[in-house]
Parts: sequence; C-alpha cells; structure tokens
Amino acid sequence: MAERPEDLNLPNAVITRIIKEALPDGVNISKEARSAISRAASVFVLYATSCANNFAMKGKRKTLNASDVLSAMEEMEFQRFITPLKEALEAYRREQKGKKEASEQKKKDKDKKTDSEEPDKSRDEDNDEDEERLEEDEQNEEEEVDN
Amino acid sequence: MADVALGKDKCGEQRLVSLPLSRIRVIMKSSPEVSSINQEALVLTAKATELFVQYLASHSYRHGSGKEKKALTYSDLANTAEESETFQFLADILPKKILASKYLKMLKEKREEEEENEDEESGNEEAES
Repeated sequence: MAERPEDLNLPNAVITRIIKEALPDGVNISKEARSAISRAASVFVLYATSCANNFAMKGKRKTLNASDVLSAMEEMEFQRFITPLKEALEAYRREQKGKKEASEQKKKDKDKKTDSEEPDKSRDEDNDEDEERLEEDEQNEEEEVDN
Repeated sequence: MADVALGKDKCGEQRLVSLPLSRIRVIMKSSPEVSSINQEALVLTAKATELFVQYLASHSYRHGSGKEKKALTYSDLANTAEESETFQFLADILPKKILASKYLKMLKEKREEEEENEDEESGNEEAES
C-alpha cells in the first residue's frame, strides 16, 4: 500500500472496527458513512491539537503535554471523555514504569552474568540492544540467552 | 499494521490504543504553531479520537432514521453535525445532501425574497443583482 507521507487519513480497518464496537450487532455501516466518520476523526485530531496547543502556549510551553489534551477536551465540550482518558493515562504510565523497571532488572541480571567475562565496552552495547528490544515490545525472554 | 488493527501487540496483550500513533502524530504536526508533542499527549489524543469515533457513530445511529433499517447512513451523520451543538464543528465537512432541483428552487425563492425586501425599502427602485 503506497502511502504519501502527508496522508492525513486514518486506516479504514481500524476505524471500521471502532465503529462496530460502538454499534449494536448486525448494524450495517455504509461505505459513505464510514468514510465520513474517518474524515471527521481527522478533523477532530486537528481541532483537539489546536485547542491543546492554546493551553500549552498559555503555560508558555512549546511541548504539548497530557494536561493540555485534557483541558482541550473540556473546552471542546467532550467532558465525557475525561474520565476514560485519565484512566488510559494511568495505565500508560504504569506500563512505561513497568518497562523501565524490567529494563533495569535485565541490566542488573546482565551485570551479574558478564561481570567476570566481558569488559565495560560491550556492556554498553548490550544496554542499547535492550532498549531497542523493549521499544519493539516484550519479546520472548529466551532470546536473551544468545547474548 | 495488522497488530495495530487487532489491537494486540506481538505478545497478544491488549493495546491501550488501536489507532497508529505515527499517523496521529502526522495529523497533529500538520497543525500550524505546534512545535512538539510529548508521548503522553500523543497517546491521549489517539485515545480521545477513538472515543470520538465511538461517540459520533453511536449518537448518529441512535438519533438517526437508519435505526429502522438497522443501518448507519451518511445522512444520519450529517444530521448529527447540523443538529447537535457538540458536533457542530463537523458541519462543513458533513454537509446535508439535497437534490439539485430542490437546491435550485431554494436559490430562486431566496432571490425572490431578497427582491421583495428591497422593493419595500426603496419604493419602486429595482435592485441590481
């Protein structure tokens, strides 16, 4: 599938799935309706971003953060999203913390293993590999043994 | 991409967000004056967009005429954009559709109405259109 880098559309398959989740079983969604919702979603992102950016600027910050997005939802009168978004944020932070701790644990284990074997130089390389692997999401732990 | 569509990552765990963050970021960056976006803001925007899609779909379905037919149609969405204040920002991109003949009739009636008003104001003078 050739995608232009400036493609501002969201993938059809994902949009369709989200729509189906929101509607009762067996409801048909016309192609036109689906396409319209997809466009609406893109417009929503733009509107939310612009709104969030105003809050960031008010706070004299150049980087949009989570609270800017939450404030934007309030402003756009989507208060109903705020609770689920806060829950998602908590879950995301826990996940990130978990990954960080796992990475530190692996580093500790590795240090124990390689203490007597390899010099400091290769230990740095191992750490880089660990970070890469974590970003690709958790993989089979057995693979680690090959190092 | 398949992993994202299923909402699961390689280990089969439920992903927090199904929409691809890279695409969401592209859209966000296309907004003028936005310099940078922290990762949490990106995740929340993606999640908010999912909630929005669900809300737009379910609201339009519940209020729409397609309910009897067990279908969600474009006109259900267009009606929502016009009638609901929350979704008014979508009115321009989800215009209601009318037959061309009806539109031409509306234009004609509007023109006649304008001419009538101008006649009343300025007596016998004919308005230039």
